[in-house]
Amino acid sequence: MSDYAIKVDRLTKKFNGFTAVNGISFAVRKGELFGLLGPNGAGKSTTIYMLTTLLEPNAGMAQVNGFDIVKQAEKVRESIGIVFQDATVDTRLTAYDNLDIHGRLYGMNVDARKTRIQEVLELVELTDWRDKMVKTFSGGMRRRLEIARGLMHTPKILFLDEPTLGLDPQTRRHIWSYIEKLRTQGITIILTTHYLEEADYLCEQVAIIDQGKIVVLDTPRNLKAKMGGSIISIKTRETKKLCELLSKKNMCKDPRISEIEISFKAENGGKLIPKIMEIAQKAGIDVEGIEMHVPSLEDVYIHYTGSKIREEKAGGSEMTAMRRFHGH
Amino acid sequence: MGIEPSKVYAVWLREVKRYLNSKSRIVGSLGMPLLFLVALGGGLSAMMPESNYQGFILPGIIGMTLLFTSVFSGVSIIWDREFGFLKEMLAAPASRETIVIGRTLGGATTAIIQALLIMVLGIIFTGIAVPSFFNMIGIFAMMVILSCSLVAVGIAFASIIQEVETFQLIMNLLIMPLFFLSNALFPLDKMPDWMHLISQVNPISYAIDGLRILILGTGSFSLIYDFGISLFTLVVAIFAASYLFSKTSI
Repeated sequence: MSDYAIKVDRLTKKFNGFTAVNGISFAVRKGELFGLLGPNGAGKSTTIYMLTTLLEPNAGMAQVNGFDIVKQAEKVRESIGIVFQDATVDTRLTAYDNLDIHGRLYGMNVDARKTRIQEVLELVELTDWRDKMVKTFSGGMRRRLEIARGLMHTPKILFLDEPTLGLDPQTRRHIWSYIEKLRTQGITIILTTHYLEEADYLCEQVAIIDQGKIVVLDTPRNLKAKMGGSIISIKTRETKKLCELLSKKNMCKDPRISEIEISFKAENGGKLIPKIMEIAQKAGIDVEGIEMHVPSLEDVYIHYTGSKIREEKAGGSEMTAMRRFHGH
Repeated sequence: MGIEPSKVYAVWLREVKRYLNSKSRIVGSLGMPLLFLVALGGGLSAMMPESNYQGFILPGIIGMTLLFTSVFSGVSIIWDREFGFLKEMLAAPASRETIVIGRTLGGATTAIIQALLIMVLGIIFTGIAVPSFFNMIGIFAMMVILSCSLVAVGIAFASIIQEVETFQLIMNLLIMPLFFLSNALFPLDKMPDWMHLISQVNPISYAIDGLRILILGTGSFSLIYDFGISLFTLVVAIFAASYLFSKTSI
């Protein structure tokens, strides 16, 4: 038996000439909680769709639970659970019926279904809502039911595509606690998310994916450590001018500049701050604020994927490409 | 993968439970056929007192009920795609054929419940004789064949056209012509030539003709012929639906 739950080898997906996933390779160990991060349109969802056999790759291969995602699609399907990004529970059925029909589709017998429905409803704290119609559920409850359904047939691997998207912080914390409980049961979890503190909190390994390629893959701790030192952010109206002055003195490397803020990495930030203030004062630049922090996963993410605005455009183009592709 | 009966049952169960959960829809969708029977049938009967027009169109109105409910049920895959549930079905370890058969039977079940309700109300209202037990079996068989074909046609359309906006299009370009250009409301031999021609290639006409023979005892063709054409239509529709749905994607 292999130690890996998922092995991906040069997996590629194109939609009418647009390469959504470009030859990615990675492996996920059994029982691991693996995070897939990246801007909208980076290829996360396409990767998930391929691994869950909803889309066929154009090239490359992948094994999920030891089964080939193309040749043994049904074996893959039986052994995985999926919680989709958009709500897919049936609102005109009760919570019980949603789970029961799911169990039947996955070939579970009556006794197994009954026991399991009780277990998964308890896990997501919806036992009291068992026989209520899903259309009366709040967004957070639907999401919890969705997670319960993904776990219904006791999958070995659970795919969670943006499980806490659009949820309030309380619900999000609850969902985190369910995910942590699952980890103790030895389920392998693949999580995609935009919330970097979520990935930081939950994931053991993180792959940052951008423009269809994995740009970096490591533990959150190592990724942050690789950033080195600390990050200094200066708030001022004259970002360009100050940046030029600092660059001349070799005090800021690879800065990110906006209209109101400069930020850059520094080895010994503590000593640097007074010097920066001195330079700014001499040049008559008004500094509204200056702060230093240890790199977060968000800094790592921005470091590898760059500016924020490009991402949304990319997201649009991937979705349009997918729509066009499916729309024949 | 093949077709697995227990999973067909799961898909069927979902359709039927959804239907039973929306009581208002059950009552609401009886409205239009009853209006046709009472207002159109009643009005035209008054103009032609010697013919029992209301009785004549009852099989046509039953056909109409099956037509609307079945096609809509098949086409509702479009809504499932829009609201995400289709992903749950497509990601499950069940073959596409299993899903198509389950949905077809589920949609047909709901359509037949509607049609039987209309038939009971229609018989009470028009005062025609209650069909014999043997004829009832025939009526039921024809309802199954027609509704299954029509759900399959709906699934086939939903697999090609994917936007919710086209829903209205299907209504206007598929359901309405199938209904009006058939023998549902008018006897075939009294139609203008062009309409007669179209009605004769419209498979709905044969199902309605069969129902008319079984309910009223009169029809344009033989019962065997009506069943033959209807069964043939069913086979073609199921194959088309399975093929097109197997090409559909999330």
